[in-house]
Amino acid sequence: MPNTLFEKCAISGIGETAYVRGSGKSETALQMEASLKAIADAGLSPKDIDGVIPYATGSAVAEDFITNFGIADLSLSATTPLGGASCLAAVQLAVGAIVAGIANHVLIPIGRNGYSGARIGSRVQQLPQFRTVGEFEMPLGQMAPAQLYAHMARRHMETFGTKSEHFGKIAVTVREHATMNDNSLMKEPLTLEQHQSARMISDPLRLFDCCLESDGGAAIVVSSSERARDLKSQPIYIMGIAEGHPDSPSAITQRPDITTLGTAKAAPRAFGMAGVDHKDIDVAEIYDCFTYIVLCQLEDLGFCKKGEGGDFVASTSLGLDGPMPINTHGGLLSQAHIIGMNHIVELVRQLRGQGGKTQVRDAKVGLVTGYGDMGDGGVAIMRA
Amino acid sequence: MEIERVRPSPNEDTKAYWDGLKEGRLLFQKCGDCGKVRHYPRQVCDECFSMDVEWIESSGKGKVHSWTVSQHAFHPSFKGDLPMTFVTVDMDEGVRVAAQLRGKDVTPAIGMPVRVAFEQMDNDLTVPVFYPA
Repeated sequence: MPNTLFEKCAISGIGETAYVRGSGKSETALQMEASLKAIADAGLSPKDIDGVIPYATGSAVAEDFITNFGIADLSLSATTPLGGASCLAAVQLAVGAIVAGIANHVLIPIGRNGYSGARIGSRVQQLPQFRTVGEFEMPLGQMAPAQLYAHMARRHMETFGTKSEHFGKIAVTVREHATMNDNSLMKEPLTLEQHQSARMISDPLRLFDCCLESDGGAAIVVSSSERARDLKSQPIYIMGIAEGHPDSPSAITQRPDITTLGTAKAAPRAFGMAGVDHKDIDVAEIYDCFTYIVLCQLEDLGFCKKGEGGDFVASTSLGLDGPMPINTHGGLLSQAHIIGMNHIVELVRQLRGQGGKTQVRDAKVGLVTGYGDMGDGGVAIMRA
Repeated sequence: MEIERVRPSPNEDTKAYWDGLKEGRLLFQKCGDCGKVRHYPRQVCDECFSMDVEWIESSGKGKVHSWTVSQHAFHPSFKGDLPMTFVTVDMDEGVRVAAQLRGKDVTPAIGMPVRVAFEQMDNDLTVPVFYPA
């Protein structure tokens, strides 16, 4: 029963705009540009799209896609408001809808001016899910994700002995990958010393523990595996897909255990559906709004036990030649903050063998996560 | 030019909490049926699903659950307050509260005993703060 969605659908197309600081384009234009690229990559016409799952708090709604693409009969429109887990929650919904026969080709677009438009730190407050934080914590001065996540990181450090250097290793590795990516914002290498001496934002999170704010758009098309096989690009099959929410999620002050994310609930479902083990994962694109969140997800995903993330990161290469290459594109930390859609696009590239300078050798099975401010986790496992 | 403060917009579910702060009282919801204490204010008891609610006054005592020192304000109205130390506190009543930590040369630590106090920001807004107990 739990495996009904196993390989029923595939990512049939991917698209990205240039990732920049200052796009000079509207957020809706960024989404249209990325969407047209993804649809062309699939070898489809924009009119073939019959399902769209726009970003819940984005500028574009389903009607914009109907109008711009001249879609005659859109049969699915929905949103999945899970912050940075939205994209994978949308993939889960798309797969379910396609298997149910509601739609054939579902477009999932994302795009925003996170740098030149409203700053991300203020924009999270527009999420209805942020209402509790907005009413009870923002008037105290505690309002930005960096401040809220600092409590989580601090608790993890004091409980399990996790160190800032562990966060630093993640930042340094992800930056190294970004320097090899033509479409990334951070092209200069980062050293552990630079990480350690960077200014504190909210203790223990230093500057390079925090992700970028960027402008850009990215999009994917999800189709049935059967249809995807006849399309232009190599389909990347969705083996396992799940979302998960922590207990009492509306503010970190209410979560019984702030060192565990909804990812811990999603991961067993995604791995169970995919029928693979952790050792089968060749490449992992892990949502990295903050370095600590990567470490925490490695635990919640089951790559190591809860509390052992620091030791795991210290003793395991996360680079391209190691057993566990992560964020081969440079992630939110050093490529761009495209709400994790850039992670999905990158995983598809890696599994198609189109990873360019950061291509992981023989990458056959990969994992991608999303993570939202309410502790939501999204996990997908895919194969070529 | 004065910078507009970040304000709550209390509704029917939460007004009693903010009114309590103005009177120097930290109030929590208690289920009118099973007695489970909850915070922040919400509509339904997650233990017995009752919507009956009463308000109890907190002892004001608790222990630090986690903490951070923010060196960045994220809103202009807090720039003059940097650095700001925030704590999450496990209260004796079994719920968790977030607030700034006050007191000279205080280094927070998990488990540190604290007590609540109240700071009136203006006529419309009073917020909780903690001091070492």
